[in-house]
Amino acid sequence: MPELLSVRNLRIEATAYPPGEAPRDVTLVEGVSFDLEKGRVLGLIGESGAGKSTIGLAALAYGRGGVRITGGEVLLNGADILKLGRNGVREIRGSKVCYVAQSAAAAFNPALRLGEQVIEATLQHGIMSRAEAEERAIYLFRVLGLPDPETFGRRFPHQVSGGQLQRAMTAMALCPNPELIVFDEPTTALDVTTQIDVLAAIKHAIEQTKTAALYITHDLAVVAQVSDDIMVLRQGRTVEYGSVRQIIEAPRAEYTRALVNVRKRNREQAAEQSGSLLKVENVSARYPNGLNVLHDISLHVPEGQTLAIVGESGSGKSTLARVITGLLPPSEGHITFAGQPLTPALRNRSKDELRRIQLIHQMADTAMNPRQTVREIIGRPLTFYFGLRGAAKDARIRELLDQIEMGGGFMDRYPAELSGGQKQRVAIARALAAKPELILCDEPTSALDPLVAQGILDLLVRLQEETAVSYVFITHDIDIVRAIADSVAVMHQGRVVRSGPRSKVLSPPFDDYTDLLLKSVPEMEVGWLERVLETRRMESVGH
Amino acid sequence: MIHAPKVSFRPGRKLTQRFPLLWTIVQRLLLSIVLLFAVSIVIFGGVEALPGDFATTYLGQSATPQAIANIRAELGIDRPITTRYFQWLGGVLTGDFGMSWANRNSVTEQIAQRLGNSLFLAFFAAIISVPLAVGLGMVAVLFRNRLPDRIINVASLAAISLPEFFVGYLLIMWFSVQTGIAVFPATVYEGMSFLDRLSAIALPTATLVLVVLAHMMRMTRAAIINVMSSPYIETAELKGLGGLRIIAKHAAPNALAPVINVVALNLAYLIVGVVVVEVVFVYPGMGQYMVDAVSVRDMPVVQACGFIFAAIYIFLNMTADILAIIANPRLRHPR
Repeated sequence: MPELLSVRNLRIEATAYPPGEAPRDVTLVEGVSFDLEKGRVLGLIGESGAGKSTIGLAALAYGRGGVRITGGEVLLNGADILKLGRNGVREIRGSKVCYVAQSAAAAFNPALRLGEQVIEATLQHGIMSRAEAEERAIYLFRVLGLPDPETFGRRFPHQVSGGQLQRAMTAMALCPNPELIVFDEPTTALDVTTQIDVLAAIKHAIEQTKTAALYITHDLAVVAQVSDDIMVLRQGRTVEYGSVRQIIEAPRAEYTRALVNVRKRNREQAAEQSGSLLKVENVSARYPNGLNVLHDISLHVPEGQTLAIVGESGSGKSTLARVITGLLPPSEGHITFAGQPLTPALRNRSKDELRRIQLIHQMADTAMNPRQTVREIIGRPLTFYFGLRGAAKDARIRELLDQIEMGGGFMDRYPAELSGGQKQRVAIARALAAKPELILCDEPTSALDPLVAQGILDLLVRLQEETAVSYVFITHDIDIVRAIADSVAVMHQGRVVRSGPRSKVLSPPFDDYTDLLLKSVPEMEVGWLERVLETRRMESVGH
Repeated sequence: MIHAPKVSFRPGRKLTQRFPLLWTIVQRLLLSIVLLFAVSIVIFGGVEALPGDFATTYLGQSATPQAIANIRAELGIDRPITTRYFQWLGGVLTGDFGMSWANRNSVTEQIAQRLGNSLFLAFFAAIISVPLAVGLGMVAVLFRNRLPDRIINVASLAAISLPEFFVGYLLIMWFSVQTGIAVFPATVYEGMSFLDRLSAIALPTATLVLVVLAHMMRMTRAAIINVMSSPYIETAELKGLGGLRIIAKHAAPNALAPVINVVALNLAYLIVGVVVVEVVFVYPGMGQYMVDAVSVRDMPVVQACGFIFAAIYIFLNMTADILAIIANPRLRHPR
């Protein structure tokens, strides 16, 4: 069978503007080659910066920002699309090759109705008449399991959920009957229980329409469910290229092995302890607009241990962190800290209360002043809480930087000069600088690549052993819970649905929600998706 | 931080949540009315605080104290300021701006004609400049950083940099004095035919268009360029759509709010800020009327003009806000 898409020796460059230096060209992708037959799915996997999205967009002859395709060939049905020129490329985009973006919420135009956007490319390329395109859109909405397929297209993007938008985006890509679809992390922004539905819908739609696909993701377990072949990328180069089964079950490259094994961590659970550092009793909270977000929450965190709060977006887990920090005082209930009642509102708290509870944010990027050096960022709490200045302060900063395994060489760097993992480490050092007894970690690893995240988790565990600090660790990822928690609270719609020692919470019998949550986490094996869908079908027949 | 109210049941809440668009518009309307009242106090108080006195100006330096007191009593200036304010406000609310001190005619009648002239001029300046500005702004984005964009930018900068009286005199020199194509002065009077009026206002309209065009064009360009970096524009590009379609269909609707605002500001300027152009072209509009009244300290006229200018400003900005609110699909189509 002739190849639909054949990429030969692709080379992609961009111009970098490092602060304080002359601009220089950097190579993003080099020497990448692969073939894709009609009706097959190739998974591109790698960390951020591996060049996977850049390669995906090259299949549409598109370079994001200042990215330039400077070498190699991208053959679509044997013709090099890089040599087509502006109008030629425009004819291919949206008709033969379509793109599904990572964040459908941002990729849909907020001012236009969904249906209009879904059929737009089909109409503009003259592939179908309006009536035919509308009919096809309704058919696709149905195939993708969207509610009210007949009228779904009349809604605006803000009127539907994130999972529905992602499926609508897939419908938009499928509508002109393309030969190839590039899926760029289509489920990364979704909750696990939503992700599984979207994955199933995408897989079903690909099988139905016999279109070929490039599936880009950083999650090996996800790509294992939808792909026929996998290419592992690192720093713009191919690490390994083979069938799904070979990559998952017999990875050859060292790096692939690390990716496959990254999830299999399990921390030994600490002994149960009756004394608690933080005690949350019957706490409810509501936003200033009167919306109740937390209902009757009771939790406790033992000294020197970790409580993981698990839940999906909107479950209230970050709001609970805001209540503990005092940003949103509870409307009912109270919180005790080290045996003393904790002042509800942040602005009324004493300096010592502030010092004892610190916070690590999800986005280290936005939680640091970009115009301050690492020295200033870490030095600020040292001066504020302990009055340290001059040499004593520098010595302590150096000590903290050693603790987070970075070293004094980073003192005068700006956040922009640090990698994502390094930024999060600096944020940890800033929290540690206050010598806190409790650190609230709000999804500190969810924006990081798996191996980098693993390093951060290992660091947090080590710091706990050394300093006996307690953590409240907010996450949506069950694997992280296994890797770090001593006790667990599962949150759903503003309530704690299940809590206790990790071994108890994560073993059966489960309540319905925890069961759904645990079953939705993709596992690193071929055929997992089919198995889960099959059990679901059996259960729904049984009911 | 604002504390949550203790009582969660509020009867009005459901309605306002069900019709967020209507509620936002009503709020904006109420705000405008409050603002107009505040402005009326400032105008009345401000005009009162101006130095100079009508009676002295009217009768001259050698007037006897008795004659001045007579005139003051006749015009009612001797009464306390609050009494006069509320009397004036009561008149304003019924559309009566009182009587001109200078010629003892009804201010309302005089203004009706002058305002009509001003609106006539502003209307034609607006229907030419607004579509032209938005269109040129889109073309500038389409050819961003290329020759057409540069030409549009330089030309508009030049137009915005020249003072309006200078542009006016240049136009008069070229089109009336040297070639004789256009009419000068641009005086309109009652009984003039519509076509004559149009030809009379050609030059002032052209001047106004040149003055406001650049501002609106540059804002349109900036607002659309701002939107062009959004992910949904990339989506449109990856659908293989043409450049103009991407700008007109995908970018422009999301750039409406800032464009509407700058258009409203310029429309307001076309009505209330054209004193200089009216004087240059001897056009009998509101601006000239007010300037004349100030020079003879004819307070009722000054107050009426000030109040009407303020009302037009508030009305146009309110309309712009409401349109910008309506342009937001989240408010137009709640979940």
